[in-house]
Amino acid sequence: MTNGHQSWGRFPRATWQAAHPIVWQTDRLPAGSGSLLPHGLGRSYGDSCLNEGGTLLTTATLDRLLGFDAATGVVRCEAGVTLDTLLRLAVPRGWFLPVTPGTKFVTVGGAIANDVHGKNHHRAGAFGRYVRRLELLRSDGSRRVCSPEENRDWYEATIAGLGLTGLILWAEVQLRPIHNPFVLTETVPLENLDAFFEVSRESEPDYEFTVAWLDGLARGRGLGRGLYYRGNFAPPQLAGLPLKKSHLNRRSGLTVPFDLPGFSLNRLTVAAFNWLYYRMNLLKRGLRLQHYDPFFYPLDAVHRWNRIYGKRGFLQFQCVLPHATARDALREILERSAHEVPTFLNVLKTFGSVASPGMLSFPRPGVTLALDFANRGERTWRLVAELDRITREAGGAVYPAKDARMSAENFTAYFPQLERFKPYVDPAFSSSFWRRVTSTPPALTR
Amino acid sequence: MKKVLVLGATSAIAQAAVRLLAARGAALYLVGRNPANLDAVAKDAATRGASKVEQQALDLDDFSAHEALVERAAQALGGLDGALIAHGVLGDQKACERSWAETEKVLRTNFLSAASLLTALANRFEAQKAGTLVVISSVAGDRGRQSNYVYGASKGALNVFLQGLRNRLARSGVAVVTVKPGFVDTPMTAHLPKNKLFASPEKVARGLLRAADRRKNEVYVPGIWALIMFIIRSIPEGLFKRLKL
Repeated sequence: MTNGHQSWGRFPRATWQAAHPIVWQTDRLPAGSGSLLPHGLGRSYGDSCLNEGGTLLTTATLDRLLGFDAATGVVRCEAGVTLDTLLRLAVPRGWFLPVTPGTKFVTVGGAIANDVHGKNHHRAGAFGRYVRRLELLRSDGSRRVCSPEENRDWYEATIAGLGLTGLILWAEVQLRPIHNPFVLTETVPLENLDAFFEVSRESEPDYEFTVAWLDGLARGRGLGRGLYYRGNFAPPQLAGLPLKKSHLNRRSGLTVPFDLPGFSLNRLTVAAFNWLYYRMNLLKRGLRLQHYDPFFYPLDAVHRWNRIYGKRGFLQFQCVLPHATARDALREILERSAHEVPTFLNVLKTFGSVASPGMLSFPRPGVTLALDFANRGERTWRLVAELDRITREAGGAVYPAKDARMSAENFTAYFPQLERFKPYVDPAFSSSFWRRVTSTPPALTR
Repeated sequence: MKKVLVLGATSAIAQAAVRLLAARGAALYLVGRNPANLDAVAKDAATRGASKVEQQALDLDDFSAHEALVERAAQALGGLDGALIAHGVLGDQKACERSWAETEKVLRTNFLSAASLLTALANRFEAQKAGTLVVISSVAGDRGRQSNYVYGASKGALNVFLQGLRNRLARSGVAVVTVKPGFVDTPMTAHLPKNKLFASPEKVARGLLRAADRRKNEVYVPGIWALIMFIIRSIPEGLFKRLKL
């Protein structure tokens, strides 16, 4: 029994976990049903949102908006509210998320627990920095309002705390002002990896949003070939643009109707896709005005896109590499993955030095690379383990929200504040991920 | 419906309906039993655009408070042109079979308290010659079945009460809308195994408001239940009594 709750990468699969819906802030946490783990929309890729043998505290019905101040841009909401809902509320009133990941179908609780980042990390830092306050419910029934001023240690443990410090009931988030819902974007072709570093350096002072897509199959001199996207929210001169009709209705977007068979993603189809994608986007090179939705959330238009990887799911690999070692390590990672398993959602971006309050926060100064690999068993695992090794040797880190396989040893190396974090883990809370990377047996039934 | 009294505002279907009404800018008077939960629903409605939100925590099993409640809601909103009766309990059929006290509780909450509220509301709406009364009933009221006939009886009685009320108020221009949802995925049914027939509270709320806007008499939401219940009602009693439903 899993009640259908799985992770976005569809690997690993939970075989047995109970689901306990949290409906009200006044609810008590269930006792005596194994370990507990909050679960929002299940958009983490690996096993950080799964709790094999335990109970998921599902927050889909803990989704009330508790207040919005259109003058200051502070929104207060329950933890199950989605970023999609916040955008629908805020954009028509001239506000936007301070930081957004590549999908709007995540909950505020999940965004905090994973301290998500976005295309503006080099300027703005991660999501946790904009969380003014939150309330944490622990399994002993205690409730704590946490902020930089109040229960600061709990605040720092809960941001990027992977849902392990207790259940977030509500949070207050500082939004950022916009003049209209449009982004002025520009696409710059990248010939190779060196071009990425050059264009990044030149773009970052002037562009709030930057990200690069790489053709994962390019090798040799073309290694790192891709497209660099940069943009800023459109200026007030364009205020005539409609603020009200600000949300494209994408509900009627495409849905991948079933699992594609395993062979549909092969070297040939991925090469064809990459070639087409590169050419088509080159045509759109230069400045253009784009609605925020396709700019920030291109994949949200295709519901359940994870099905293209077939029943066996896929492995995501996202690492961050310090600037000093990034160039060489990236080259090695890209070369290895281009020879091995084809991938097509390859994203490269620089992280800035704005620190997050979260003890286990993943973003840190350097360059981050995200790759995804259809799960082809042993071969894929060996490759990703290699990438993990390269990352560790380069002094980098791997992102827990996208991981299904990093070792306890590597996890400890990646997160220097781990020992400081551990005392804040609720004794009744755990996750499949947490048990794996700390190698402890499941929490005992109370 | 611009000035609406919502009874049982913390129920899943009512919450979904409140969100839709709030997005239209309606003024709302919300009533529920748990003050903290009611407060969350009220804040949600206000944030989503309700032009006014007032709230009152009240146990609707206390009939003596009904008359004053309707009066107070009308005063707070500057009149009333709609009411949604959404409170109810599923009850435990087995417990009801063993105990009259349990049976009475279900009838009290689902039928008697609704009838009492409707008496106060109907008189007000009849006098003002306008308004829409929307009441959440259930497909379970269409035919008594061994598995939930106490709940079914409470809703069946409600359906007949509403029929009569509709007949009485037709000449005053007051709409009486009986909403019959099938299985709805709510905390009330959290313990039941789910199948394809389960609808989300949002879907039921959309159907409910569409029916209210069009001043319908009786609606099944989702519509497929009209067909299902037609078939169930058509089974001869001699056969029906032997079925395990």
